[in-house]
Amino acid sequence: MTEPDVNGDEGRVVLDDADIARALTRISHEILERNKGAENLVLLGLHTRGVPLARRIAAGIAEVEGTPVPTGSLDVTMYRDDLRSHPTRAPHKTEIPAGGIDGRIVVLVDDVLYSGRTIRAALDAISDLGRPSAVRLAVLVDRGHRELPIRADHVGKNLPTARSEKVRVRLAETDGADAVTITGGTE
Amino acid sequence: MKKHLLSIDDVTADDIAALFETAAEMHDVQRREVKKLPALRGRTIINLFFEDSTRTRSSFEIAGKWLSADVINLSAKGSSTSKGESLRDTVLTVTAMGIDGLVMRHSASGAAHQVAQWLDVPVINAGDGMHEHPTQALLDAYTLTRHLGTLEGKHVAIIGDLTHSRVFRSNIKSLAKLGARVTVVAPPTLMPSGVGPWSARAGFATSYDLDGVLAGEYGPVDAVMMLRVQKERMSGGYFPTAREYTVGYGLTRGRLAMLQPGTPILHPGPMNRGLEISPDAADAADSLILDQVSAGVAVRMAVLYHLLAGEETGA
Amino acid sequence: MSSLLIKGASLLGTTTADVLVEDGVIGFVGRAASASERVETAETVVDADGLVLLPGLVDLHTHLREPGREDAETVRTGSEAAAAGGYTSVLAMANTNPVTDTAEAAERVLDLGRAAGIVDVQPVGAVTKALEGQELAELGLMARSRAKVRVFSDDGKCVADARVMRRALEYVKAFGGVISQHSQDPSLAPHAACCHEGPISGELGLPGWPGVAEEVIVARDVMLARHTGSRVHVAHVSTAGSVEVVRWAKAQGIDVTAEVTPHHLLLTTDLLRGYDPTFKVNPPLRPQEDVEALRTALADGTIDAVATDHAPHARHDKEHAFVDAAFGMLGLETALSVVATVMGEQMDWSRIADVMSVNPARIAGLDGHGRAIAEGQPANLALIDPSASYVVDRNASLSLSRNNPWHGRTVTGRVVGTWLRGQRTFG
Repeated sequence: MTEPDVNGDEGRVVLDDADIARALTRISHEILERNKGAENLVLLGLHTRGVPLARRIAAGIAEVEGTPVPTGSLDVTMYRDDLRSHPTRAPHKTEIPAGGIDGRIVVLVDDVLYSGRTIRAALDAISDLGRPSAVRLAVLVDRGHRELPIRADHVGKNLPTARSEKVRVRLAETDGADAVTITGGTE
Repeated sequence: MKKHLLSIDDVTADDIAALFETAAEMHDVQRREVKKLPALRGRTIINLFFEDSTRTRSSFEIAGKWLSADVINLSAKGSSTSKGESLRDTVLTVTAMGIDGLVMRHSASGAAHQVAQWLDVPVINAGDGMHEHPTQALLDAYTLTRHLGTLEGKHVAIIGDLTHSRVFRSNIKSLAKLGARVTVVAPPTLMPSGVGPWSARAGFATSYDLDGVLAGEYGPVDAVMMLRVQKERMSGGYFPTAREYTVGYGLTRGRLAMLQPGTPILHPGPMNRGLEISPDAADAADSLILDQVSAGVAVRMAVLYHLLAGEETGA
Repeated sequence: MSSLLIKGASLLGTTTADVLVEDGVIGFVGRAASASERVETAETVVDADGLVLLPGLVDLHTHLREPGREDAETVRTGSEAAAAGGYTSVLAMANTNPVTDTAEAAERVLDLGRAAGIVDVQPVGAVTKALEGQELAELGLMARSRAKVRVFSDDGKCVADARVMRRALEYVKAFGGVISQHSQDPSLAPHAACCHEGPISGELGLPGWPGVAEEVIVARDVMLARHTGSRVHVAHVSTAGSVEVVRWAKAQGIDVTAEVTPHHLLLTTDLLRGYDPTFKVNPPLRPQEDVEALRTALADGTIDAVATDHAPHARHDKEHAFVDAAFGMLGLETALSVVATVMGEQMDWSRIADVMSVNPARIAGLDGHGRAIAEGQPANLALIDPSASYVVDRNASLSLSRNNPWHGRTVTGRVVGTWLRGQRTFG
């Protein structure tokens, strides 16, 4: 989950557009390697930036294997454990590809892995939607500080951060350009 | 969004749009095998119905349960005056058990407004006398939006016993907020008192002539909403016989043929088949009456979610 | 002998004079210099400089709730509220429990009033047995009783049957009685009706109470009064149409009198938005056009009297949905202030005394009240500070109930003292 930058501070770039492209290519290959092909895969992007990332990874896989990979989106708003501490948020669309997720290998795609709570919510959402044969996780950035026993199977970049720092992911589809920046710092 | 939903006055056009987006997501839940979202887990909602209603109550019950809330149905029969207990005492006794939300239906107009002043928890008006039924109007508008797209500039005809209809009073407001134009049709005895100045102020048209309206005298009609007529009104002398009402104001087969194909037909239910709506019209391809029922659950889920899931924002 | 000197008051807002009261009777009215040592040795002296002295007010229409609903009001607490409002006599309506429809019941209320000793409580007798509107109650026995009932009313309900009303009008001629009619045709405005029928009732979804339901009864009753050669009194007139009928009837020489409540002189239907049962009353609050017509009629004498229709209710009887809540508002303590504030420009104190004391006493046949402030008259007096403004606080009321529609309003004209036959009952 990407945190918005309150101060408008640009911060320092830790991944530029070329780095991001390479990372996503590598993730596409890793997924294929782990799965021994594209069979039975379903990619589900978590709103908001996980969705375009999932599409890019799907495109990458299709380029290598020549077969399209079913891709969709998953909204976890209703499953969050912090609903009562914020004003009500409207949910986004959950679009499960035709063919569903029963018996499939579902790969969740998100931009930043942090406390792990979003993924925990996603796992609960998935269990209400069907019964995959396996669920894996691909993230662009892992910034540490897990609060739950959750780990990613495929990581674009490991980014050790301080809690006071903010990680910001920008993508062409949502923000006009690709970049991962860190702002803030020790206080 | 405001703390309570007592009247359509409590939601802005933006609130309605947000509710419809959420409702669309909730609608998908109805088709899943596991019809549950955990958003209201651990919340307790009481359906306090002073007036019987199987359909609205079960719609709210399903909506709450699909959001994982604990829903309890209570009927308080008759007006509390007959038992000597004030309405305030009745409501405070029920809520003293520690609840998170109250859904209330009462036969007296304004009851929900009064109750909301006595309670800390959000109150949702499931129908107060002849005054308003906001979730019904929301699901009516949601159903129409799914079929017609935006309601901006669309012309909706509402026909029936307007005097006694809370569905009419809420719909007049919600359709106006969504930019639709409304013409209401009823015999003179069933037009609300003071409708002349009221309609001039609120911007809706009135007519005693259903055939004229359907023929386009007030512009082409994009949707038709039939209201239930209670047969008891005959003994009140509002109209002489059921037969005469149907000929003048029913959606007969002949009037059905006057509608353009694709014109949605709505009815809040329960229907008096043969009185205000012919079987042909009720079962016509363009009848959205069953859609309204499934929309009702989705819209009520959206309302419960928006009012009860997040932190309290007051108002 | 006990003596009281009220110094320097403006009598009915005109002449300034001193008033000496001895043993409950006015002994002297004039300037002190021309008086004797009686004035100098008065036991109690009240400095009334800048204040207005009126004859004690008389309320033709009060609900004291005892017997039956002593949780809402008793004869004693109602009397205290009345005295605080400048009243020295109130007519207690018959819709108690049990109903005041026998001589014994009337005497019981009379005795409760005398025991409290604060105002003269004059019982009103029911027109029909148990207020059912079917058979005449024992009007004659009530008239002959110690209570000397002269005013009869089924108030709360209308004597709707024309034949019963005719009989009642005829019957009371024998003893100079008068029927006070709560005009509400039940087939046009049934019990559930609670909001003036019009755009507001249409929008709020409240059962409408059309003005015509009152007007058809007023019209019918003045014709019956003419036909029977009797007199009739219209309780709480609330519409311009009723005013027109009364004006016409008086022009015809028909013996009709009429009263209006303070709330119908100011409060309007739009107060019902928000569904607050504090504003639920019968007849209901009407639109501004009716309010204007009532004010004009009070000023020009078409309406003879202001009557409070003081209707106390226990809190739980109002804590209901609007349609289910009890009808009625408090009025005794605020009546004079409201009338002075609303009608002050059209009516001077002398006219206000007419409508709140002289005329009601005459209509009710109360000899000891509504008298001129002159030697030999019983000392039933109310002392007013005409320029005192205050904010009405419902919690400061002497009534047991709190259903007060004036809470938070600023009014001008305040009762500072009330005397019943020379005894100070307030202030």
